[in-house]
Amino acid sequence: MTDKTMTAEQAVSRLESGMTLGIGGWGSRRKPMALVGALLRSGVTDLTVVSYGGPDVGMLAAAGRIRKLVAPFVTLDSIPLEPHYRAARESGAFELMEVDEAMFMWGLHAAANRLPFLPVRAGIGSDVMRVNPGLRTVTSPYEDGETFVAMPALRLDAALVHLNRADRLGNGQYLGPDPYFDDLFCEAAEAAYMSCERIVDTAELTKEAAPQTLLVQRHTVTGVVEAPNGAHFTSCAPDYGRDEDAQREYATTPWPEYAARHLAPSEGARS
Amino acid sequence: MTGTRVALLPPTRAEYCVIACAEAWRGNGEVLAGPMGLIPAVGARLARLTFAPDLLLTDGEALLVRPDGTTEGWVPYRKHLALVTGGRRHVMMGASQIDRFGNQNISCIGDWERPKRQLLGVRGAPVNTLNNPTSYWVPRHARRVFVERVDMVCGVGYDHADGARHHRIPRVVSNLGVFDFATPDHSMRLASLHPGVTLQQVREATSFELTVPDEVPATREPTPEELHLIREVIDPGNTRAREVGS
Repeated sequence: MTDKTMTAEQAVSRLESGMTLGIGGWGSRRKPMALVGALLRSGVTDLTVVSYGGPDVGMLAAAGRIRKLVAPFVTLDSIPLEPHYRAARESGAFELMEVDEAMFMWGLHAAANRLPFLPVRAGIGSDVMRVNPGLRTVTSPYEDGETFVAMPALRLDAALVHLNRADRLGNGQYLGPDPYFDDLFCEAAEAAYMSCERIVDTAELTKEAAPQTLLVQRHTVTGVVEAPNGAHFTSCAPDYGRDEDAQREYATTPWPEYAARHLAPSEGARS
Repeated sequence: MTGTRVALLPPTRAEYCVIACAEAWRGNGEVLAGPMGLIPAVGARLARLTFAPDLLLTDGEALLVRPDGTTEGWVPYRKHLALVTGGRRHVMMGASQIDRFGNQNISCIGDWERPKRQLLGVRGAPVNTLNNPTSYWVPRHARRVFVERVDMVCGVGYDHADGARHHRIPRVVSNLGVFDFATPDHSMRLASLHPGVTLQQVREATSFELTVPDEVPATREPTPEELHLIREVIDPGNTRAREVGS
């Protein structure tokens, strides 16, 4: 059995500039912030980022690491508009593929199922079609004859996700109320790096929790990183809620100052 | 209910808005009410507690909850998106812009390529509008919200809904009145004015030509029981007044 544990820096060292990178969580919820922090301390850039966007997108945008973003929204939830994302968009900093939340989900499903696309009843009639001229439609071959968007697979070179618990082999467990789409991100990716609050023995995972909490299976995971508080300042229920003070500091501090304060190289030794 | 009741203060504008939002879910049966915004959330709970007892409500996260907070189901985002496409939901979304045919924008203001103001993004508006009834809530009715044309169509309006077999916009509620699309060309119509609001006020705050019936009804009065529920049970902290002042 392969022990896949590594540090956040080791995980990030396997990423390359120009990659398509999926990031799990949703808005400002269970984002793999420790891994994003390590990514920001690395030189990896020119990324296509695929995310239900939160501060992960905001930070990478502020640091100029994004070439293209695929997202249905970017928000900090309790602070609806992500300030760094806004600034980047308003200065035309990168290319955007803006799609609907459901289109995004079916794009991940298509990639996970090795399909080129999946039909979705979403997008038609909206300006999602205008701003994504590459999107194609498909008409039902059955008698209903309805036309759908053929949502292309969102294939990922790598995925970053954060779970509550994991074992050393890459079995990941969520203990909060929502799995988000972290399993799909891992399944849609060539390589997936999963951080977790705590690494435990495999038997420990289901000692008190039901087996359906085992969201991520080891065959979809390349590296496991133990990162306590690794989603901070986003929420990681039930281990901790969102740190609203820390999020407010992030949202109101000029990026260079914030980065100097929180992303200094010395912090990189942790994990 | 026993005992005498203290004479109630007259309804506030926010409370008329609660009633107008609650009415959106009347007769919907066993579907998920998806309120976005404080007043729609109060309205959905009011409907659930009174005339629409079969409605499903969420805790704003992954759980279906009864009005007293008891968990009765699990709807994480992935099941929520499946529920949308199944059609068993009536959502009331916000709108940074909405136009004469009910196209809604929450993505950005100005040119999409390089917006003047980046907002949230399209979120689930495209899938919502093609799959389940989608109403809208605008707490501050103004010309910059009720526009001739939205800058980015997120929620699909009637003039873009050809062939969309499940498309329906039951109502738009603002702090001034209730609007619907019950006209031959599905353009927006004034359905009722909240008491205290004049037609002139609505016209001045709307950039496009509204259809106005000869007789404009008033948004209905809350019953004493409804006022009690709003004030004492659902929203004792008066969050509704933060969204719509008097």
